[in-house]
Amino acid sequence: MSKVQFLLNGQQQSVEVPPMKRLLDVLREDLRLTGTKEGCGEGECGACAVLMNGELVNSCLIPALQAEGTRLCTIEGVSTDGHLHPIQQCFLERGGAQCGICTPGMILATHQLLDKYPNPTMEQIQEGLGGNLCRCTGYMRIFESVQEAAALNPLAGK
Amino acid sequence: MRSDVTEYELSAPATLQEMLSLLAAEPGKYTPIAGGTELMVALGVGRLQSRSLLSLQHFQELRFLREEDGHVVIGANTTFTDLRRSALIAEHLPLLAQSASWTGAIANQNRGTLGGNIVNASPAADNPPVLLVYGASITLISASGMRTLDYNDFHLGYKKTQLRADELVHSVRIPLAYQGYRQYIRKVGTRNALAISKIALAGIARTEGTRIAEIRLGAASLTDRPIRCLAAEKALTGASLAADSLEATLQAGRAALAMEAKPIDDIRSTARYRSAVAENLLEEFLRSLAE
Amino acid sequence: MEELIDGIGASPLRKEGRAKVLGAARYIDDLSLPDMWHGATVRSTIARGRIRNLHFGNEIDWSEYTVVSARDIPGLNTVAHLTNDHPCLASEYINHPDEPILLLAHPSKTALHHALKAITIEYDEYPGVFTIEESEQAVAAQDAERIIWDGSQWNATANCFKTYTMYSGEGEEVEAGLSRAFEEADYIVEGEYSTGAQEQLYIENNGVIAECFRDENGDVESVCVQGSMQCPYYLVHALELVFNLPEEKCRVIQVETGGAFGGKEDFPSVIGSHAALLAMKSGHPVKLVYDRAEDMAATTKRHPSRTRLRTAVSREGKLLGAEISVAIDGGAYSTLSPVVLSRATIHAPGPYHWPFLRVKSKAMATNVPPHGAFRGFGAPQSLFGLERHMDKIAKTIGISPEELRRKNFLATGDYTATGQPLVEEVDMQKLLTRALREASYHEKIARYAEENKTSPIKRGVGFAAFMHGTGFTGSGERRLNSQVHLELLPDGRPQILVSSTEFGQGTNTILCQAAASALHLPYDLVTIAQPDTSRVPNSGPTVASRTAMIVGKLVQRASEQMLHTLSSFAALPENHTSQQFLEAARRYLAEHGTLRESVRYEPPTKIYWDDELYRGDAYPGYAWAVYVAEVAVDTRTYSATVTRFDALQEVGRVMHPVLAKGQIEGGVAQGIGYALYEKCVWKNGHMANNQMTNYIMPTSADLPPIHVHFEEVPSIHGPNGAKGIGELPMDGPAPAILNAIENATGISFNAIPLLPEDIFERVHSLGHPHGGSRELDPNTDRDTRVEETIA
Repeated sequence: MSKVQFLLNGQQQSVEVPPMKRLLDVLREDLRLTGTKEGCGEGECGACAVLMNGELVNSCLIPALQAEGTRLCTIEGVSTDGHLHPIQQCFLERGGAQCGICTPGMILATHQLLDKYPNPTMEQIQEGLGGNLCRCTGYMRIFESVQEAAALNPLAGK
Repeated sequence: MRSDVTEYELSAPATLQEMLSLLAAEPGKYTPIAGGTELMVALGVGRLQSRSLLSLQHFQELRFLREEDGHVVIGANTTFTDLRRSALIAEHLPLLAQSASWTGAIANQNRGTLGGNIVNASPAADNPPVLLVYGASITLISASGMRTLDYNDFHLGYKKTQLRADELVHSVRIPLAYQGYRQYIRKVGTRNALAISKIALAGIARTEGTRIAEIRLGAASLTDRPIRCLAAEKALTGASLAADSLEATLQAGRAALAMEAKPIDDIRSTARYRSAVAENLLEEFLRSLAE
Repeated sequence: MEELIDGIGASPLRKEGRAKVLGAARYIDDLSLPDMWHGATVRSTIARGRIRNLHFGNEIDWSEYTVVSARDIPGLNTVAHLTNDHPCLASEYINHPDEPILLLAHPSKTALHHALKAITIEYDEYPGVFTIEESEQAVAAQDAERIIWDGSQWNATANCFKTYTMYSGEGEEVEAGLSRAFEEADYIVEGEYSTGAQEQLYIENNGVIAECFRDENGDVESVCVQGSMQCPYYLVHALELVFNLPEEKCRVIQVETGGAFGGKEDFPSVIGSHAALLAMKSGHPVKLVYDRAEDMAATTKRHPSRTRLRTAVSREGKLLGAEISVAIDGGAYSTLSPVVLSRATIHAPGPYHWPFLRVKSKAMATNVPPHGAFRGFGAPQSLFGLERHMDKIAKTIGISPEELRRKNFLATGDYTATGQPLVEEVDMQKLLTRALREASYHEKIARYAEENKTSPIKRGVGFAAFMHGTGFTGSGERRLNSQVHLELLPDGRPQILVSSTEFGQGTNTILCQAAASALHLPYDLVTIAQPDTSRVPNSGPTVASRTAMIVGKLVQRASEQMLHTLSSFAALPENHTSQQFLEAARRYLAEHGTLRESVRYEPPTKIYWDDELYRGDAYPGYAWAVYVAEVAVDTRTYSATVTRFDALQEVGRVMHPVLAKGQIEGGVAQGIGYALYEKCVWKNGHMANNQMTNYIMPTSADLPPIHVHFEEVPSIHGPNGAKGIGELPMDGPAPAILNAIENATGISFNAIPLLPEDIFERVHSLGHPHGGSRELDPNTDRDTRVEETIA
C-alpha cells in the first residue's frame, strides 16, 4: 500500500491504496466520485477522462502512485455550488448529452480544448474530442455544444 | 479490470541514479513505467507480466527538448504533447510533429512519452519511422554510464531492441540538417483518430535538378519492426524524376520496396493490402518530388 | 393562459440532462448495496460440444465463493424470449463460444479473477457451423453431425428458427403473375447482397444488481433486479420462469442506462437472471457488471444477413415483379430472431409498388453467440439489399437511379406489399426532389464525373429511399395491450408512470412534452417516475420506434382524461393557468386521496393483420425517408470516406427538434460505421476483436457533416401527429454510401462492412477477367451481368 496525496477538485486528499491501483478506481471506489466512468479500460473511449495538472488524461491508465502531488479535476469539480459551468450548460441545451455516459469525459475534453483553442476550428474540435467516443449523438450536437461554449467563453476571439 | 493490483509493486525512486542502481542490482526484476499508456492497458486485460515496476515519470531531467550543436536532443520523458507544442520541432522536424499528433488522442499524448514509444518497440508505432529517416541516434543510460547508438541499429526484431535490462532510454538526438529536403509522411490507420497504423511511410529526399540526390524512407507495420527501407532508398538514389523516366523510377522504387516488405495478416489488415499501399504511398511521395 | 413555450415542437431541456452533465446521474456501476457481493461468469471456450468435466483448482478456497450451476435453478433453465430453447446456464451441451456455464460470487471483485483462472473445463468437441451457408449446407446434405439445432420440438425445422413467405396478394395468383412477369420482362436483374454482424457498442456495458428475499421458512419469496436495460417487463418474465415465481414477486427497476440501441432489449434477461441466481444462493445482493471484452464477446449483435433479389423490369423502368429471399444468421439460439426476420421480410420490398412479389425468408442457426436486437431490427439488412439492387436495375436498363425510383414509388392511396392501404399522405416524389436538392446531387454528379478523370481521389454521390414501420409488427401492439398511468403527486404535479425507459433517446422528455401539451401545463411541471415494475404499469418494451407514437399517444389520452376529471371536479376553465391546475389537483387529492388515470392501447379499428397469411396492416404507421451520401475513395489507400450526408425524413410532427436531430445524426453515424468501419472478426464463432481498439467505431474525426432535414406530415396515430424516429436512420446510410461508391468508382460493392482491404482486393481482382488495370474508371461497368430477354 502507498499513501498518495493530491489536490482533488480544490481539496487536499490522501488515500492509502495499492500503488498500481488505477486512478479511475481510486476516484470511484475510495473517494466515491462516480462521475468518472469506465467504458473500455484501455484508454480508448475517454469516458474516464479527468484533468491532471490541467491536462486531459485517461484515469484508467494512471497508476495511483503517479497521481502523487498532482492537481486533479473530475466532472464533480467542473460546476460550482450547483451552478453549471458554461460548457455543461451548452451540452444540456444543445443536445450534447444523450445517454450521458460519455458526457463527463466529453465535457473535460472540451475544457482542455477550449483552454488551448478558445476559438476552435471544426478540425480542432474533431481532433480535441477524437479520444472520446460517443455512440449516441453522431457527435454533431456535441460539436454544436462546444462551439456554443466557445462563443460564450470570454477568452474567445482574442 | 482483470488484474489483482495488490500483486504488483510500484515505486518511484527519489533520483534517477537510485533507479539505475536498482535496475543494475537485479537486472530484469523491474519494469520501468513512464506514461503508462501501454503497460496500464496490459494490466487492465490481465497481461502485465512484470510484478515489480519503477516509475520514471517524475524525472524532469529526462523531460527536455533542446538545441545543441546543430542537433535537437529530446529527453525520453518528453510527451507527445511536448513534441507537438515545440516550435523547434514544428520548424525543423515537421514529420515528428505530425507523427506525435497521430499517437493516440489528446489524453494519450499528454501522458505517453517518446522513450516509451521507442522501447515498447511495436512494429506499428507511429514515431520510430520518423526517427529513422531523420538519422537519429539514441542514448541509453545505466549505472555504468551512457552509450549512444545509431537508432537504425536499435530495433532487432519483433519487440526486440538493444536496450539492456539495466538501461533506460535517456534521449534521442536528431541532426538539424533537413532544410531544403522534401518531407513526406502518411499514416493509413483503422480510422482518423485513435488509430493503430495498418501501414505508415515517412520519407525525406533531396533533389538536384530532376535527380534524386538523396532519399530516406522509414515504415511502420511493413516488417516485424520499424524499418528504414534501404533497398528502396538504394534503388531510388540517383534516379531521375524527369517526365520521360518517372514511370521507370516509380516502378523501380515500388519493386525494391516490395522486396523488403514482409508485412503480416492480422486483426487490423492484410499483408497484401499493406504491401500494396506502402508502394502507393511511396509513389505518392515520388510523384510529389517530381512536381 | 400562459404561453406554453415548451410544448410539442419546442426543445425543452432533457429531463435528466442536468444530472448527466453534472456527472451526478447514477448508472448501475455507480450504485452499491450493503453487504453486496460481486459476480462473474464462467464461459465456454469452445463453439460446440459436450461438457465432460469441470475442475476446480485447489489453489482457491472455494468455501469463500458462491458457485451457481444449472442445477441450482429453481424454475426452468431457460431465458424467456419467444421459444424456450435458450438455457440460462449450459448444463451439458455447449452451442456457442462464451456460453455461460457457471456463475461465481465473492465479496471481492479481485478474488473472482483468481477463481476464474482456477476453473478448467474439459469438453468433447463437436463440429460447428458458423455461417448461413454452412448451416444451409448441413441441412441440404442431411449432415446429422452439423444439425446444431433440432427444430422439431419448437415447431420449426433443423437449423432453421423461422421461415416466412410473404406474397403481394393471394399466393397462387401472385405465383402465376410472377411467371408472367418474368416471361414478359424486358430485363431480369438478379443480385445478392450481404451484411455483417454489428456490435451495439453502448459506452456503458451491460450490468445489474440483484437481490433475493426469503420468507420465514427460508424459501425464496421474491427477487429484485435493478440495472441497465430497455425493457423491465421482459426481465420480469424471464425471472418468473427461472425462479418459478409469480409476476408480482419479480421486481425490476431500470436505472440510468448508458446507451442501448437494442443491445439491452433481450440481453438483460440473461444477465439479470444470472445475478438473481447468485443473490439467491449467496444470500447477498450481487452486482454483475461486464467489462468491455466480456460484453463484446458474449452479448448480442446485429444479425448478419444475405438478401437475394430476382426482379423483372420493363424497358421503361417499371418494376413488374420480384422474388426476394432473405436469410439471417440467428446465432445459437432462437431468441428474437423470428421477429427480427419478420421486420426484415416486411421491409424487403421498400417504398415501391410491385405488381407481383414474393418474399421468402429464414433465420438460420449457427454456433455463434445469439444475435439479437439492434436498432433497425432486420430492416437495415433487407433494405440494404433492395436499395443497392435498385441502383443495379437502373444501371442495367440505362436510366438514372432517380428515374427508376420515381416510376415505382408508392403514393397515397396505394397498397403496400402486405396489402395495407396508405391512407395517410405519402409523397416520396417530393421527398426525393427535396433531398437531392439539399445535397446538390445533380450538380455533384456532373462535377465529380469530370474531376474524377484526373484525380487520384474519386468522388461520388448516391442515395437510398426507404421507410420504417413504427411500432410492433402486425398484431403485436394489440397483443402488448400497453398500459399507461398518470398520477398526481401530493403537490398537485402530474407524474407519468410507464415502463418505457430512457437510455439517451429522450423518452422522459418527449413523454413529458406529450403530457404537458395535453394538460396545458408547462413542461417543467410534469414529472415521470423511475421505471420500477412494482409501481409502473407495463407500457410495453422500449423498442421498435414505438415510444413516441404508441406510448406518447397513451400519455396524451391519459392526460386528456385527467384534465377531464379535474375539469368536471373543479370546473377548470378551458385555458387554465398552472396555478389553477395545481389548486384543482390539490383539492381533488384532499377530497379523494389519490388520482390515477389509466389508459390502455386501443387499436384503431381499421388496423387488421393476418398472421397466417402474413397480410394486412403491417404497422400502424410508417416514417419515410431519402438519404443522400457523398463519398471520396482514395485510390492510393483504397479507403472510402463519407464527406457529406443529407438525411431527409417525414416522421410526422417533430416533437422535439434538438432530440430528433440527435436521434437522426446518431443513427446515421451508426449507419456509416455499419457500412465502412465496423467489422466483427470471427474465429470459430468467437469475436476475436472484442476490444474498442480493434472494433472500429467512428470517432469525431471520422464523420462528415450530417445535415438533417424534416418534412412534417402529422399522423393520426401519434401524440400531436408524431411518428417513430429511433430506428429509421439506421436503414438508409449503408445503401446510400455503397451507391455513392459505385458512382465514384464504377465498381458495385454488395457486401458490408466494406473496408479498404475489400476495396483493394476487388480492384485488383478486377484486373484478371478484364485485361488487367489498376485504374478505377467509373465509366467501366465491371459488374453487371444482365439476363436480357429481348430477342
